[in-house]
Amino acid sequence: MLALRAAALRFGDRTLWSGLDLDVRSGEFIAVIGANGSGKTSLLKVILGQQRLSSGSATFLGAPLRRGNRRIGYIPQQKLADDGTPLRARDLVGLGLSGHRFGIPLPSTLRRRRVDALLASVGAEDYANAPISSLSGGEQQRLRVGQALAGDPRLLLCDEPLLSLDLNYQRAVSELIDAQRRQRDLGVLFVTHDINPVLNMVDRVLYLANGAFRIGTPDEVLQSHVLSELYGSAVDVFRSRGRVIVSGTPEEAHAHLHEARGGRDSLGEKGGFGGSNKRVPS
Amino acid sequence: MTVADSDLWPQLFNFQNYGELLVLLQNSIIAGAILGLVGGLIGVFVMSRDMAFAVHGISELSFAGASAGLLFGVGVVEGSLIGSLVAAALIGLLGTRARDRNSIIAVLMPFGLGLGILCLALYPGRTANKFGLLTGQIVAVDNPRLGSLIAISIVVIVGLAVVWRPLMFASVDADVAAARGVPTRFLSLYFMVLLGLAVAVSVQIVGSLLVLSILVTPAAAALRLSSSPVLVPLFSTVFAVVSLVGGILLALGGSVPISPYVTTISFLIYVVCRVVQAVRKRHGNTGRTAGRALPQS
Repeated sequence: MLALRAAALRFGDRTLWSGLDLDVRSGEFIAVIGANGSGKTSLLKVILGQQRLSSGSATFLGAPLRRGNRRIGYIPQQKLADDGTPLRARDLVGLGLSGHRFGIPLPSTLRRRRVDALLASVGAEDYANAPISSLSGGEQQRLRVGQALAGDPRLLLCDEPLLSLDLNYQRAVSELIDAQRRQRDLGVLFVTHDINPVLNMVDRVLYLANGAFRIGTPDEVLQSHVLSELYGSAVDVFRSRGRVIVSGTPEEAHAHLHEARGGRDSLGEKGGFGGSNKRVPS
Repeated sequence: MTVADSDLWPQLFNFQNYGELLVLLQNSIIAGAILGLVGGLIGVFVMSRDMAFAVHGISELSFAGASAGLLFGVGVVEGSLIGSLVAAALIGLLGTRARDRNSIIAVLMPFGLGLGILCLALYPGRTANKFGLLTGQIVAVDNPRLGSLIAISIVVIVGLAVVWRPLMFASVDADVAAARGVPTRFLSLYFMVLLGLAVAVSVQIVGSLLVLSILVTPAAAALRLSSSPVLVPLFSTVFAVVSLVGGILLALGGSVPISPYVTTISFLIYVVCRVVQAVRKRHGNTGRTAGRALPQS
């Protein structure tokens, strides 16, 4: 349903990726991984119609990409909502239903029922009326899933939705996304720096690095020789107890720094991928 | 103490001939009520967009505009409108990121104040007028002035109502709103223009130094009580109207400007709301049905 053909994205003389052919089918879960600044978030921006391809074509459900397509749901990084946010859990989900509409909102039973149904489908009934600033990061991310589902999407774009969550919530949120994908037959593009929380859900992996990419099943892509070729330097892939550890990538040191700083980093600037990405207009 | 205690009270509170004064100043009271409506509503967005500092910056440029208007005989209302709109546009265009915005405001604010003081120093008229622009005054609001206040206020209120949902979406959740196709950049400029208008009308009544007490304090207080998108604007509006009208009513007989009354009432409301919130928290009233308090991550 989403089809990219010979797609390329360049900023000035820097090529983020080129020659990208990507098909996302209904019900397919694709993880997008890669170095900081390798264009993961920019790929999502292209699909959201916020960024034009430098060359190549991209279509969704047979039509060219455009801004604000309701059939594409978007789940961002977790951000800590502060006290100045006049929203309860149900209102955040409700924004997904009608937040884009101009005019004065009128109370409606139909709308209320749809919000209730969405809250139930993500298991957030218990805190439906709690202020979002009082919710934990994991609870907020559950609501994000509900909000993204509000437009009855065919494709879910997830931009590091697990960042700065603890392990339990990482599992809960990724399982929720996976369950909704199966139930609704959604395509999922899941940008992440760590494949492990979603490793057993993923159908294919798109690995971006150095202006190039590899795409295939996790077993095909997450191999020492494949990634070494992609990076152009020796990279080791270890498998241990169902986890994959990629070692020796040039940005490894950065990645640790980034994880330690967590999601707060991204509050001000979208993407928030540290120094190497600063030139990319957002 | 330079003021003897016996002289202080009648200066602060004096209800002699109250009925006559009330009739005389009914325009001010109407203006206060409308301004409360504007401040209460736009304050909700000031808080959710984290722009309290911007309000202060705009109000200083509004002061500069008003004093220039006074000096050159253009008119205080016109001058303050131009000043606020210029400031709002500059902040809106140059300060899309919070950090840029704060530094731009910090640069603009003293410049505006300085310009304003220069214009006032050159103005040959009464000093009471000058002081009033900074700290507010019981202005005998005449009919044409009331008319312009009402007109600007209606523009702000209707302007907010039309974009309420997308503006709220863009304010609390800019990335997702943009993904949904909400025109976030347009809305942020649009909001700055409305904010500029709201500040310009507020400066007329409470003075530029105290605008925050109308455009920020009531909304901040309301957010202590509720997170409902219906109740917060409602409480905020009620608080702002009570502060302004209450302040004007108390100030009528005294010889002190209205602003201390307004700011004190609005501050007391805020304190009460904080106390209410603290008491509620202690009783575990968090809006969760099952009462499972999960740890914050």
